[in-house]
Amino acid sequence: MAVAAAPAVPAKRKELSQSYWSLVWYRFKKNKLGVFGGILLIVLYVSFALIPEFLAPYALENRSQFVEAPPTPIRFVDEQGRFQAPFVYGLERRVDMVKRLRTWVPDTDRKYPVRLFVQGDEYLLLGLIPMNIHLFGIDADPREARIFLLGADALGRDYLTRILYGGRLSLLIGLIGQFLTIVLGMTLGVISGYYGGPVDMFVQRFTEFLAAFPNIPLFMALSAAIPNYWSPIAVYFMLTIILAFLGWGGLARQVRGLVLSLREREYALAAKSFGASDRRIMFRHLLPGTTSHVIVIATLSIPGMILAETALSWLGLGLRPPLTSWGTLLQDAATIRAIRFTPWLLWVVPPILLTIFAYNMLGDGLRDAMDPYSGRG
Amino acid sequence: MTTTATQVEHTQTQTDARPLLLEVQDLKVEFTIRGGVVKAVDGLTFDIKRGQTMGIIGESGCGKSVTARAILRMIPKPGKITGGRILYYRRPRHPKPGEEDKVEVIDVTKLDPDGEVIRQIRGGEIAMIFQEPMSSLTPVYTAGTHINEAVTLHRLLPIKKLGDQMVERIMEYRRVTKEEARAIAIEMLRRVGIPKPEQRVDSYPHQLSGGQRQRVMIAIALSTEPAMLIADEPTTALDVSIEAQILDLMRDLQRTTNMAIMFITHNLGVIASMADEIVVMYMGKQVERAKVVDLFYNPKHPYTKALLQSVPRLGPKTGQRLASIEGMVPDPLNLPTGCVFHPRCPAFVAGKCDKIVPKWTQVGENHWVRCLLYEE
Repeated sequence: MAVAAAPAVPAKRKELSQSYWSLVWYRFKKNKLGVFGGILLIVLYVSFALIPEFLAPYALENRSQFVEAPPTPIRFVDEQGRFQAPFVYGLERRVDMVKRLRTWVPDTDRKYPVRLFVQGDEYLLLGLIPMNIHLFGIDADPREARIFLLGADALGRDYLTRILYGGRLSLLIGLIGQFLTIVLGMTLGVISGYYGGPVDMFVQRFTEFLAAFPNIPLFMALSAAIPNYWSPIAVYFMLTIILAFLGWGGLARQVRGLVLSLREREYALAAKSFGASDRRIMFRHLLPGTTSHVIVIATLSIPGMILAETALSWLGLGLRPPLTSWGTLLQDAATIRAIRFTPWLLWVVPPILLTIFAYNMLGDGLRDAMDPYSGRG
Repeated sequence: MTTTATQVEHTQTQTDARPLLLEVQDLKVEFTIRGGVVKAVDGLTFDIKRGQTMGIIGESGCGKSVTARAILRMIPKPGKITGGRILYYRRPRHPKPGEEDKVEVIDVTKLDPDGEVIRQIRGGEIAMIFQEPMSSLTPVYTAGTHINEAVTLHRLLPIKKLGDQMVERIMEYRRVTKEEARAIAIEMLRRVGIPKPEQRVDSYPHQLSGGQRQRVMIAIALSTEPAMLIADEPTTALDVSIEAQILDLMRDLQRTTNMAIMFITHNLGVIASMADEIVVMYMGKQVERAKVVDLFYNPKHPYTKALLQSVPRLGPKTGQRLASIEGMVPDPLNLPTGCVFHPRCPAFVAGKCDKIVPKWTQVGENHWVRCLLYEE
């Protein structure tokens, strides 16, 4: 981030001089796609990671007899063609003895109005506030009828609820994993670039070793090494660490490359001449020069983390039930039987795609905004 | 180099009442590169007294900057100090009662280049400013942050206590707090002549002009009240009017702080107005050393004479071509035999200059030259 040469200050400005970050913000705001990605991500993180309990109509493990019920359409027009407030029909179980298939058909005799802010399962909002209000639901005894906007799974659990809850682990593994990656990658990168010589040699060969190793077998080996008596949460954190451990190499190389050029700048020498220690020069004077780069790289590689978790869990190597993540949900949807008879289980795919698109849009926007030499000022 | 012993002797018989600050004795710095060994500094000897300005002059690549960096042990790889001593006469920066006049002699060449002692000396006792003010400040920190960093690293404030005879004496020191550091930063910026220092203290380097940045560099360097300032071509990158301001500023500050300055430049005009004494270097060797007046009015070494003639001058003799030194700077890997200047020297004597290495000879009071013309 060569900030030394500040780009032309935009005409519209409050003060005479602006800091680098306010310029970045100014340029970023003009990139509609990037802003859209950013807003989308905020929405996604708030709804999936922060308040899924409120948005979901049921609790995560709330089972019912409506096994593999298809999505319930919300209706506005009843069977006589009269326009009404939104409602859903009750479900009636049919068994087709010829095909040996269980199906659910709407029972037009029973109608349940859809309401906002209904009382339902108890939960702790943000892990703190006890509540039982859900964003939407139906006025009915849950044993009798339910609303399944995206259908139900093999245990009769609401699939929308599961996608919402599953997003928490999947989205956070990206953030936490990327945070660990940044810490590892920046530290090793700056040490490698600053000291050079044998240190550099060792770090670089190690990253090459990691990069050359086939990923999936390595993941498999490491995941297999996680003891299976560990609690699912411990497994989750272990997986995060594994992902970060394998992902830091690329970042370390980028940071090293930048530090190799930054350390030759006169300000590194000046800092040394004022009696700064190596550690101080590395982390206080050189590392900030790489932040804009690192932010962009990190933003663009969080989707990789999320996908890696999804892929690993799908392979059965990552998170395991009872933990619910997009990967474990995808695992349920991965059989021919599921695609043939319960295709609504694939609804987990759109949020994954949306998240990845949003990250890429945000990352591109940030890259354009942070490059002081991009002529878009 | 057989003259080491005599050189050391001579430097100590100098007639200057001011106490010694730094003594460089027969300093040698070599860079081992693929093609061989470059003797960047070869047998440099001089001394600097407290409050004195020592000028070092020479063309690009003659070893001026390497000398400066050797004093702070910041020679870039693969450079190495291979000989000589750099004696630093250290006075305690934060003296305990009764230790105010204690002088400790440190041989800088023996210090660990990453060690605690040299880091205290760097910035705290010998500060340095650089040629390129555009890139000498870390772009992500404000002027104030830079000064704070130096101040908190090096400066302690005295805690005055009542001593034996009910007299206030300094017994202990404490670190500078954040607010004090900021106040010091603003004060320093005011002293180096930056307008509106209360606002400028929060300015980032890219918001400052080149001259202001060099002033900020000087402010950082002086904020720790160093005993010596190494100015490595501090005005080369600035335009002439700013150059004059910066030089005035340095002179003023020197007068008020009694700080020694080692001024490195290739600009004869600048050095004439700054230095008390001048060392002329050529290809890593010192060729002449004299008081500034002697050097300019009575240069001895042919190289010094040639340098002085090659300065453009205003005056009646316009229409003449500007004198230049014949020939090219020799390949540092393959230096000429005898006197290194002989292939370009107008006073070259065949059979002598290319065979005999000239000795360091005294030709007047405080006037030394390395040339066969002045040997017995």
